[in-house]
Amino acid sequence: MYEIRFHGRGGQGAVTSAELLALSAIADGKSAQAFPSFGPERRGAPVIAFARISESPIRNRTAIQEPNLVIVLDPSLLRLVKVDAGLQPGGTVVINSQKDAATIRKETGISARLVTVDANRIAREEIGRVITNTTMLGAALAAQPLVPVERLEKELKGRFGRIAERNINAFRRAMRECRITDAA
Amino acid sequence: MEERIGMESSIAIAEVVGRCDVDVVAAYPITPQTHIVEHLSEMVANGELKAAFVPVESEHSAMSVCCGTAAVGARTYTATSSQGLALMHEILFIASSLRLPIVMAVANRSLSGPISIWNDHSDVMSDRDVGWVQIFAENGQEAVDLTIWAFRLAEDRRVSLPVMVHFDGFIVSHMIEPILMPDHETVRGYLPPFEPLLRLDVDRPVSIGPVGIPDIYTESKFLQHKLVVDAYQPIVETLEGFGKYFGRHYHPVETYRAEDAEVLLCTMGSLSETAMTVVDRRREKGHKVGLMRIRLWRPFPFEDIYRAVGAVQTIGVIDRAVSFGGPPGPVASELKAAFYRKPQQPRLVEFIAGLGGRDVALADFERMFDVLLSTRKTGQVPPPAFVGLRE
Repeated sequence: MYEIRFHGRGGQGAVTSAELLALSAIADGKSAQAFPSFGPERRGAPVIAFARISESPIRNRTAIQEPNLVIVLDPSLLRLVKVDAGLQPGGTVVINSQKDAATIRKETGISARLVTVDANRIAREEIGRVITNTTMLGAALAAQPLVPVERLEKELKGRFGRIAERNINAFRRAMRECRITDAA
Repeated sequence: MEERIGMESSIAIAEVVGRCDVDVVAAYPITPQTHIVEHLSEMVANGELKAAFVPVESEHSAMSVCCGTAAVGARTYTATSSQGLALMHEILFIASSLRLPIVMAVANRSLSGPISIWNDHSDVMSDRDVGWVQIFAENGQEAVDLTIWAFRLAEDRRVSLPVMVHFDGFIVSHMIEPILMPDHETVRGYLPPFEPLLRLDVDRPVSIGPVGIPDIYTESKFLQHKLVVDAYQPIVETLEGFGKYFGRHYHPVETYRAEDAEVLLCTMGSLSETAMTVVDRRREKGHKVGLMRIRLWRPFPFEDIYRAVGAVQTIGVIDRAVSFGGPPGPVASELKAAFYRKPQQPRLVEFIAGLGGRDVALADFERMFDVLLSTRKTGQVPPPAFVGLRE
C-alpha cells in the first residue's frame, strides 16, 4: 500500500489532487481512497488531504501518519508545517518551490528524497492562475509512477472541462521540469 | 449490471437512492450528511430523479414530512446526522409506532457540546430506543448496498418499519473509494414497487395515530416490541436474498478470523476495517485474536452474538459513545445484558474510543489487543478505559 499526504492551503485544490489521484488508480483497477482532513476548512488556512493506493482492497480508515509520499502545494507552508513528519524511510517529498534542493534542505532540515518544481511559475504561465494542484501531480508522477499518465490526464479532462487542456499542459510541463534529488 | 467506479460514498448513496425510485425526499442539510441531500436535490432539479424534494426548515419538519408522505404510500427517504437526528427525536417514535417504512441515512456524528462536527456514535445511542430497525455499514459499498436493502426490508409487509442505515460521518461519508454501482434496472429487479400495508386515502378513509388510552397502550407497546423483535427473521431472509441477487453477503453479526480465537474485539461501524488490519498483524505473530462486528443494532441479534462469541472468554468492546454516569459504554452494556441470561459470562473489557473524530490508529488497536491478551492470561478485567486519553 502506498500512502500520500497533500499539504496545501484552503482553495488551492489539495483535496481535488487527492481525489484525482485516487480516481485514476481506481479506473486503473487498483484500490484507492481519497479523503480530506475533515475540518472546517477556510480559504487560505493550511489544509491536508490524503490518498491511499493499493493492489489489494484497503482495510484502513485511519488518518495517514506515516506517508510514503508528501506533496506540498504551497512553498510558504514549509515555514509553518513540518511537512516530512512521519515520512516512511525511503519516502519522497515533492515541493513547489523556486529554490533548489540544497537550499530547501538547509532551510527545512528535510533529508528525504526531494523533488522540486517551480509550480507557481508553470501554473501562472500555463493555466493563468497560481493554482498548483494539477501541476504538482505532474511532479508527483515523475517522482513515483503511482498511476499511468494517461489515466490521470483522462481524469483531468473529465474534471476541468474547457480548462482541462491548460491543466494537462501544466501537468506535463511539471513532469519534465521537476528536479529529483536523492536522499541526503 | 454493475459498474466499478471511484466515487465519494455520499454521492454514491444519493445515486442509488435515485435508482430505488423514491417518490419523496424530505431533508435538511447537516454536516457530514450534506452531500447526500445536496446531490439528491440536484438530481431532482435536473429532472434525473422524478421525485418530490421537500426542502424543510428543520429536521423535526423533515421527519414530520416523511411520516406524512410514507402514510400516503410514497416511498420516502431522508438523511441526517447528530443534532439533526436529535431534533427529529420525538417524531422518530411516531414513524415507528405508525409502522411507516421510511429509510433514513445517518452519517454518524458526535453531539454537542463542545460543538463537534466529527464522527462518533453519540447520535446513534441517543436514539437507540425509537423502535426503528438500525443497521451499520462499514464502508461506501455497504452503505450503497444496505440503502437498497433497507427499502426492501422496510416495505416487507411482515415488517413495515422505518430503517436507519448508519455509517460513520466523514470516515465513510466523505471517502472516495471504489464502489460497485448497480444500474437502475438491476436495482429495480431487486426492489419491487412499494405496496403499503395501510395508506391514507380520501376514498377509503382511515384514522392513524389516535390516542392510546391506558386500556390499550400496554398492548400496543407489547406489539411494537414484538414487531421489532420479529423483524429479525425477515431481516436475515432479505439479507440472504440480497446476497443471492447481488453477490454481496451481509449478516446481523459478522466475524473476522474468529474461528479459533482466544480473544475477540467487538466493533460497530467503520473501525472494523482498521481492526482487521491489526488482527492480520497479530495472527502473523501467532496471537489468536479475532474480530466480531455488530452490523444489526436493532433488533439486537442475541443469537448471532452467542454464536460469534462461542467459547471465547475474553471480549473487548469498543464503544464510540458514553452513557454519562452509566456503565459507561452502550454496546458493552448490551453485551453484558445479553450474557446475563447465560450460565457463563465472558470477561468483558470496555474501551471508549474514537469520540468526536479522534483517530483510532493502528497502534491504539495494538494496545487494545495487548490488554485483551493480558486479561485472558490474568483473568483480571480492567476498568472501562478511554483509549488515548490525555490526563
